[in-house]
Amino acid sequence: MIERAHVLICSGSMCVSRGAKTLHDEFEEHLTRLGIRDEIKLVNTGCVGLCEQGPFVIVYPEGVFYALVKNKDIKTICEEHLFKGRLVEKLVFDETLTENKDIIAFDEIKFYSKQTRIALRNCGLINPDDIEEYIARDGYRGLGKALLEMTPLEVIEEMLASGLRGRGGGGFPTGLKWKFAYNNKNDQKYIICNADEGDPGAFMDRALLEGDPHSVLEGLMIGGYAIGANKGFIYVRIEYPTAIEKLKTAISQAKELGLLGNNIFGSGFDFDIEIRLGAGAFVCGEETALIASIEGGRGMSRNKPPFPAAKGLWGKPTIINNVETLANIPAILFDGAEKFAKIGTERSKGTKVFSLGGNIMNAGLVEVPMGTTLREVIYEIGGGIPKNKMLKAVQTGGPSGGAIPESMMDMKIEYETLIEAGSMMGSGGMVIIDEDSCMVDICRFYLDFTVEESCGKCTPCREGTKKMLEMLEIISSGEGTLADIDRLEKLAKTVKSSSLCGLGQAAPNPILSMLEHFRPEFESHVVEKVCPGGVCKPLIHFEILDGCIGCTKCATNCPVDCISGSIKQLHSIDTSACIKCGVCKNICPVDAIITI
Amino acid sequence: MEKCTIKVNGQEITVPENYTVMQAANDLGIEIPRLCFLKDINETSACRLCVVDVKNMRGLKNSCTLAITDGMEVETESEEIHEAIVSNLELLASNHVFECWACERENNCEFLDLMRKFNVENSYDASSFFTKKDRQINDTSSSIVLDSGKCILCGRCVSACDKFTGLGILNFNERGNETYVGPALYHSMEDSGCIYCGKCVSVCPTAAIKEKSHVSEVLDVLRNKAKKVVVAVDPSVRVTLGEDFGTEIGENVEGKMFKSFELIGFDEVIETSFAHKLSIKEEAQELVNRVSKDTLPLYTSSAPGWFNYIEQYESEFLNSIPSTKSPQQISGVLVKHHYAEVLGYKKEEVVVVSIVPTISSKEEAERVSNQFEGIKDVDFVLTVKEYARLLKRKNIDLLKLEDAKPHGELVQLTNCSLHTTVSVLEETLKAASLLLDEVPQELDYKDTKGVKEATYKLAGKEIIVAQVHGDFTIKEFFSKMKKTKKVYHYIEYTGNSVGCTDGGGLPIRTAVEQDLVQIEKLRHDSLVSIQNEAPQATEVIETLYNTVFEQPGSQKALDMLHTSYTKRKFYT
Amino acid sequence: MKSLDDLKKIRDAAQKKVSMRGKNDGTRILVGMATCGISAGARPVMNKFVEELSNRSLDSVTVTPVGCIGECAIEPIVEVLEGEKRTTYCRVDVRVAERIVKEHIVGGKVVQDYVIGKFRI
Repeated sequence: MIERAHVLICSGSMCVSRGAKTLHDEFEEHLTRLGIRDEIKLVNTGCVGLCEQGPFVIVYPEGVFYALVKNKDIKTICEEHLFKGRLVEKLVFDETLTENKDIIAFDEIKFYSKQTRIALRNCGLINPDDIEEYIARDGYRGLGKALLEMTPLEVIEEMLASGLRGRGGGGFPTGLKWKFAYNNKNDQKYIICNADEGDPGAFMDRALLEGDPHSVLEGLMIGGYAIGANKGFIYVRIEYPTAIEKLKTAISQAKELGLLGNNIFGSGFDFDIEIRLGAGAFVCGEETALIASIEGGRGMSRNKPPFPAAKGLWGKPTIINNVETLANIPAILFDGAEKFAKIGTERSKGTKVFSLGGNIMNAGLVEVPMGTTLREVIYEIGGGIPKNKMLKAVQTGGPSGGAIPESMMDMKIEYETLIEAGSMMGSGGMVIIDEDSCMVDICRFYLDFTVEESCGKCTPCREGTKKMLEMLEIISSGEGTLADIDRLEKLAKTVKSSSLCGLGQAAPNPILSMLEHFRPEFESHVVEKVCPGGVCKPLIHFEILDGCIGCTKCATNCPVDCISGSIKQLHSIDTSACIKCGVCKNICPVDAIITI
Repeated sequence: MEKCTIKVNGQEITVPENYTVMQAANDLGIEIPRLCFLKDINETSACRLCVVDVKNMRGLKNSCTLAITDGMEVETESEEIHEAIVSNLELLASNHVFECWACERENNCEFLDLMRKFNVENSYDASSFFTKKDRQINDTSSSIVLDSGKCILCGRCVSACDKFTGLGILNFNERGNETYVGPALYHSMEDSGCIYCGKCVSVCPTAAIKEKSHVSEVLDVLRNKAKKVVVAVDPSVRVTLGEDFGTEIGENVEGKMFKSFELIGFDEVIETSFAHKLSIKEEAQELVNRVSKDTLPLYTSSAPGWFNYIEQYESEFLNSIPSTKSPQQISGVLVKHHYAEVLGYKKEEVVVVSIVPTISSKEEAERVSNQFEGIKDVDFVLTVKEYARLLKRKNIDLLKLEDAKPHGELVQLTNCSLHTTVSVLEETLKAASLLLDEVPQELDYKDTKGVKEATYKLAGKEIIVAQVHGDFTIKEFFSKMKKTKKVYHYIEYTGNSVGCTDGGGLPIRTAVEQDLVQIEKLRHDSLVSIQNEAPQATEVIETLYNTVFEQPGSQKALDMLHTSYTKRKFYT
Repeated sequence: MKSLDDLKKIRDAAQKKVSMRGKNDGTRILVGMATCGISAGARPVMNKFVEELSNRSLDSVTVTPVGCIGECAIEPIVEVLEGEKRTTYCRVDVRVAERIVKEHIVGGKVVQDYVIGKFRI
């Protein structure tokens, strides 16, 4: 019996955390019960990207896009749709249904129509555990072409022509980096995939590793062929066990088909891939610390020069490429560099995957051509800000980046423009900040992370980040002065200019960028002793307004019992005992509690 | 070697192409502050104080390891650079415990020097919002102390330990601003596998790693009228003590040294050359015994780090260590149990203070196996720099003293030629031949990569002897020996690994000197060049044997002049 | 895997696995299902279509059950969509299904005697 329908269950990280794994079992149960199990192909596919609306179930050939699917919904989907052919309208993602109940292909809805999925080309469409599905969608064609029809130098030229730049944050032209390693003669070279995605909130690489691991393997092999390395490492953070499993499966499947190992495609090219696990250090995403870690040492960064392309892992020429960079490479090879170079802008070719988060309607993964404006990403793809709040800023690049104010929303997204604006591309994190946020507090959040993750080797990063964090705490405490802001800025500049590696050099970026665009907010904290965003605990207090209906919900739930009042009477908060946890404000059914 | 021309602060200079920016700047007389860099030992660029501005390079770069390229333009004096240096020094100060007036390095602390030079304020002390790291003191060991309050995390000790011994006893613990240097899991030093070679002590720029101090204890005992304090001084002290008062490296200050002993209040003086000669005789006897019984090999060295290593790492060779005590211990036991009586002192009122170049000697003196009749051979051990400090605390400026001969009677009773050679092996082989009434042979060495091998005939047997002097670590030597299954019968280890020449006790030189000057060679050459006197040396030794021990290796000798070693585990 | 041809063989064979996903411009066969369709015998009809298409390797043609099309009296109803063109068949049984595949899908000729319009109530 040939399957007449394919049911794809999105197994991206957000969907899994909302219970997507159990959906598959539910389908098995109900389809078997209805006697139609053999007619349906069930596929656990990779991240679809519209994470806020997951878990997703997509049914082909109709292309029906079910969203926010729960376990109990599966019975209905099986009985009504798969057995009887009737759409379960209440579960269909509303944007994919016309008034006449016609189905719009989901990649035509607003969220996807502005996206160009190259790196994510297979995510959400194939079963990552099946190498044949990858091959069906042009998988390993790029590798075959490289090994059998091109010389290593020609592969490098193709990469240069495509204009692909490192997607991990550095933005260095991939072809150029490969050329350096190619030119350094040595009987042993290495190529490493940096899968130690550490930016908080970033999950682009995770989606790729879990949803399309073969694209990463293929990219790694093409790179190895180009530079002359026959040994590749994938350094995966240990916090991604699913990704590790998927990679292991993919590697063994590739080996079985002779696409990995000795004499690949009969070309004489040997390649072996080894998986190495991280152990919970953000700094090991920095290439020299990563190399130290693979060598068995402490994850501490090393001086550059010498650069890894000259002297890297065990002193040999080494190339380190990010997961997303590698995922693009097979597409460039089999579709041609010219096609890739047509997308994007003059300086930044191709697309970039962003993990959209913060105060945004459609949080999730998006892949847009370079040159798309921030406004388009936020409003047309992202769906705008929830509760109709005002946009304040967009933070890009995670803890290494800065904030771009609302006034610059028509900026085209490119490596250079982001740096000029005081931020950076980073690995693709994009956090939308609305009017109810405090920039000082956001800086504190990022510095807290950096302080925790600094390797401790060099003075400015080890000691300076801690001091910057403490200075931010002074400012948000209400005990600061204008001089404290100046001191913070001065220290930030020193840490940036004198740190040994990228972690320290970029750690002050949130602070410097916020001071550039939002200095008045910092000054409010120390001059008027006010937190304009209503966030910094020492500077706010809660008040219960007249609208209070005396339901006592706040008083009952207050963890320190500081709210008094009798039933049906106006309640009041004892601000001296209040710990500013905000439970009362959230729980009030009539929104009678405000922040001052 | 090709040359390159670069510009530093606008001045052009042409230097060899393998130069670093710092070297080029130094050649121009431009001083760049540095704190963590030590050539060939620690090149991690962690302190970020040597930063410079290089045209067309983003950010500030550390000049200590930055290779020059032709046409490079470097700036060392901009506002940005100055700000970076002062800022980074302030950051280091924020976690530093300043007790400079009481600190061992008050006169030669590299960190304090930079704080003075750049007029740095301890600005982070002002606010309670700035937390200071907890201070961790690791001082249960009898030889070495770690004090995190003084540590600036330069990493020199970590690199030195790894480079010289290969044992990696010290490393960074934790991460970020909670980083500490020490054995793993803050374990105690005496149980960490450390062999007390003292290399870490010699490279530390501050007082974060140092020998356990016994200066106060010795000053106390000198004040005690009821005690007779005897100083047992290592012959090398005369060419190193002066350095802490400003002499050239290796300058011989023996006259002033002896005068200082008198001034400070030592009752008697004994040079350990005397004990050294005895130890050679004893070891020679041991060698002869083993040759005849075929119980070789014998592994010897003049530094206790060697025995610390075998006890903890190669305990299968425990029986190969000669049981003869070190000159320090022999001096002590003879003074207390023989010469005290001769001089009319009571055993219990005699205190022996030894002055040595090795920190391992402190732990050695504490060993139970180094006691006789329940009394410690040596009571206190001071390193050379500790003795210098002791003098300074007593306001004695060594260089202002007049030259003198050693005072007291003991030195007459033990007067013999100075021990200035460094090879125990050669002396022992010669003495062994003499014991057997055989003719000592010349050693025809074959030097193979750091190991000088030769053969020697004793009692009709031919033995293979070797002197290990190369740069490889002690660990490497043993593993190579076991891998190649090379047979040696008598080995002396004189390599750098175990602190033969500088066991952590000698005056600490500046970082620049450590980079550029062959300090150990200068000291060694100076010692060796001193002319020997006192031809009646052998008489004194023979008298001792005749009156006390009868012959080398006798029961009495074994009781007093020999010690024992045990297998030791660490991280217990 | 010795050559690009070997890869192509796997690719071509595996196309079947994924071709259904994504935009489908091929011919679509819609089989009226829902309760009335099922009771009229639409399921065996649908399975017959699947079998016939598979036997003839017509990978670009898809078969989908749909809800009630209406005209319950003349079920099972099958609609063949080819781009803009829509042909509605009624009273389709297994035999008719085979004819539709052979004559219409492959042959290009509508099976006139089962097209709706021929059956008037």
